[in-house]
Amino acid sequence: MSAASSRVRLRITVNGTPRELEIEPRRLLVEVLREDLDLTGTHIGCDTTFCGACTVLLNGRNIKSCTVLAVQADGGEVTTVEGLEKEGKLDPVQEAFADCHGLQCGYCTPGFLMSTHALLARNPHPTAEQIRKGVAGNTCRCTGYQNIFKAVRAAAGGAEK
Amino acid sequence: MIPHPFEYHRAGSLEEASRLLGELGEDAKVLAGGQSLIPLMKLRLARPSSLVDLNHVPRTAYIEQRDGHLRIGAMTRHAAIEESPAAARIPILHDCAGGIADAQVRNMGTIGGSVAEADPHGDWAPVLMALGAEVETIGPGGARTVPISQFITDAFTTVLGPAELVREVRVPAPGERCAGAFIAFKRCAPVYPTASAAVQVRMLDEDFCEDASVVLGCVGLTPVVAGEAAAALRGQAITPHAIERAAEAAMAAADPQPDLRGSVDYKRLLVRVLARRALLAALARARGESVEVSHEYVGR
Repeated sequence: MSAASSRVRLRITVNGTPRELEIEPRRLLVEVLREDLDLTGTHIGCDTTFCGACTVLLNGRNIKSCTVLAVQADGGEVTTVEGLEKEGKLDPVQEAFADCHGLQCGYCTPGFLMSTHALLARNPHPTAEQIRKGVAGNTCRCTGYQNIFKAVRAAAGGAEK
Repeated sequence: MIPHPFEYHRAGSLEEASRLLGELGEDAKVLAGGQSLIPLMKLRLARPSSLVDLNHVPRTAYIEQRDGHLRIGAMTRHAAIEESPAAARIPILHDCAGGIADAQVRNMGTIGGSVAEADPHGDWAPVLMALGAEVETIGPGGARTVPISQFITDAFTTVLGPAELVREVRVPAPGERCAGAFIAFKRCAPVYPTASAAVQVRMLDEDFCEDASVVLGCVGLTPVVAGEAAAALRGQAITPHAIERAAEAAMAAADPQPDLRGSVDYKRLLVRVLARRALLAALARARGESVEVSHEYVGR
């Protein structure tokens, strides 16, 4: 199949809901999420593939949505921070960040939550080094890393290693 | 930041992608993982007229052991190599795959995109050169196989023709008593390394080295083959003195540029340390020890 046109059809499942949109192919995933689908929980921070504030899950893997064209995600499943809460209840990673005060200004928090999800899905009991490496693609400009680290460890069941 | 508009073409096969590139002309670009291209397009440093998207081409992401080679499909993401049991049998591949940028970039970025981009600060090229890997390409003239050492000809330059793509990276399975290691140093996870060293050795026994390859990243326009460093090991008993001579020779081979990552002198000293550490890790692995090395950065 080859499709050259000014607008293209995009079919993605976002937080469990199938969505169909017509978009310009140059649109970034983060813009489609924020502007077209009104999911503004995903933030744009540096906009240069560094800070990770825009992190979402694409088919269960964390990616920087400011550096993925929406067309690359066509046919895929996207989970944003809005998809974590279930029936009005925070999920365990969100609870752990709240309990451990794993945020200060909160701007980077959605990205950290998504990277923590991706890390724990593949490695439910990470070592200290694995935690630091797992969220190394996320930057907290308030430098609240110690409490973020504690929150990830708490979300992993408090395994001390 | 929003890229300049472009015509979007979704390839159904690599052959179709090649045909599209031939029709669209040299302003067309290939979109693999996009982790280098998309930032360039957002900054408008790249303004391709058309993109040929490979993300939906089937059977381009695979890691297979066949005919004495590990075959890695061009669209295989770094994370898939990091998690692959087949790739883990060649630990130097895991050293590289597991430390490229950060988890998010490793989940999108591809090995084919990395070798085709030929960024002097890229991670894969020095590792693949130390392993004697080959690149299989597909283009209007059909397929051809090029050693990675001949594939990259200059900074951001390869032998790929305008309508030619990377199809597969082929790593010869290292033989008995062979081992390697790759260490890169970077200031933090998401950035390119300041310098890197890939070492591959073939030992006769615990002490005597039959063959060696030392390749440096980020300290030249293309990966630097440190021939003198390899010569200091090849056909030698591996003593602390030989290790030091090899590290010194690696430092002498480095030809870095000064930039925000560091001065020339700093990068050369860094190369000596990285080459020594990578060699020690490779030697330990050759003895059957399990050693974990990868990219090193502050806060890891």
